[in-house]
Amino acid sequence: MTISGVALLALCTLLGQVLGELLGVQLGVKANVGGVGIAMILLIAARVWLTDRKLWTAGVNQGVMLWASLYIPIVIAMAAQQDVAAAVSGGPMVLIGGICVVCLCFAMVALIGRMSGRSETMDEIEARERLASITEQADTA
Amino acid sequence: MTGAGITLFDHVLTANALLVAFAMVGIIMWLSNALASRLTGGRIHGSAIAIIIGLALAFWGGIATGGHKGLSDIPVLSGFGLMGGAMLRDFAIVATACEVDIERAKRAGLVGTIALVLGTVLPFLFGAGLAWAFGYRDAVTISTIGAGAVTYIVGPVTGAALGAAPVIVTLSIGIGVVKSVVVMITTPLVARFIGLDNPRTAMVFGGMMGTVSGVTAGLAATDRRLVPYGALTATFHTGLGCLLAPSILYFAVLAVTG
Repeated sequence: MTISGVALLALCTLLGQVLGELLGVQLGVKANVGGVGIAMILLIAARVWLTDRKLWTAGVNQGVMLWASLYIPIVIAMAAQQDVAAAVSGGPMVLIGGICVVCLCFAMVALIGRMSGRSETMDEIEARERLASITEQADTA
Repeated sequence: MTGAGITLFDHVLTANALLVAFAMVGIIMWLSNALASRLTGGRIHGSAIAIIIGLALAFWGGIATGGHKGLSDIPVLSGFGLMGGAMLRDFAIVATACEVDIERAKRAGLVGTIALVLGTVLPFLFGAGLAWAFGYRDAVTISTIGAGAVTYIVGPVTGAALGAAPVIVTLSIGIGVVKSVVVMITTPLVARFIGLDNPRTAMVFGGMMGTVSGVTAGLAATDRRLVPYGALTATFHTGLGCLLAPSILYFAVLAVTG
């Protein structure tokens, strides 16, 4: 059933948010600490657990994937409700600050990436996985 | 069309605001994909163009209504507020977790955590330095502006905790929003130069940039497959910022300013 996937996703998200809020209270912070991240870990754990018991059905998968595939449209709607007018009219300090801090962070990403050595790119991962599945099929045939 | 006709039309659109948003986003994406393949030969991602159109519409909405929620301040387009709001955004981000390769995420865990800490401390120090350069001398103001450079949520949370002046809080939100918008637009342009083509760098990127909206939109416009990895670290960023900025980082500023 598709709804079971949607429901599972909703439960993980809600539980993650609650745990994130609790973590915030524990730390004495007026914010949700990692609620979405915790929810993602819960969903990954739930998928592993259900797959092991052959309960991760096509319907459940469809319910989760429906929302994963709506992700980009939702991000576009999110972009359309940012306070861009305020950001632009904030004056020089706001603009300089916002732009320079991004440049600084980009440089750090490049630096950390270089220091920790080369990593397999997404294209290479997919190519390798495709190859593996082809050899696997050939083996079984 | 008659006056009654317009009212009826308005009524249907307002009563079905979420559906209006679905339809409009669909049209924007269709247009963007057509523009991406026709004009740029696929060099610029369709979603990057769609996000820029979204931001442009938000700017127009803000100017037209004088509100703070972009396009969603226009009554018939209020559905954008629900569709792009925190609830559905988080729901969809969590759903992308199913695409995460657990082993890969674990292996990038340490470097992602380092990026998370640096991504909080460095922007804060930068923002604090900027506030100093613009003539601010009290620790509360400097810390609030520094916190704004972390994300636009850390700024006001820190400002409220420390009791900063409202105008300073507004400035700190402004810096955070500009940061988020700049990340959305420039990520696909610089992705090649910073090696943003693998899950590990995506996790570093998420931790370093922090702003969930900027990270996820920037990655979506670069390579959809990287989104869950970036989101995984970025979501801890705001919490960490809210934890460090009004406490340790504020005390550090206080120690310097005296």
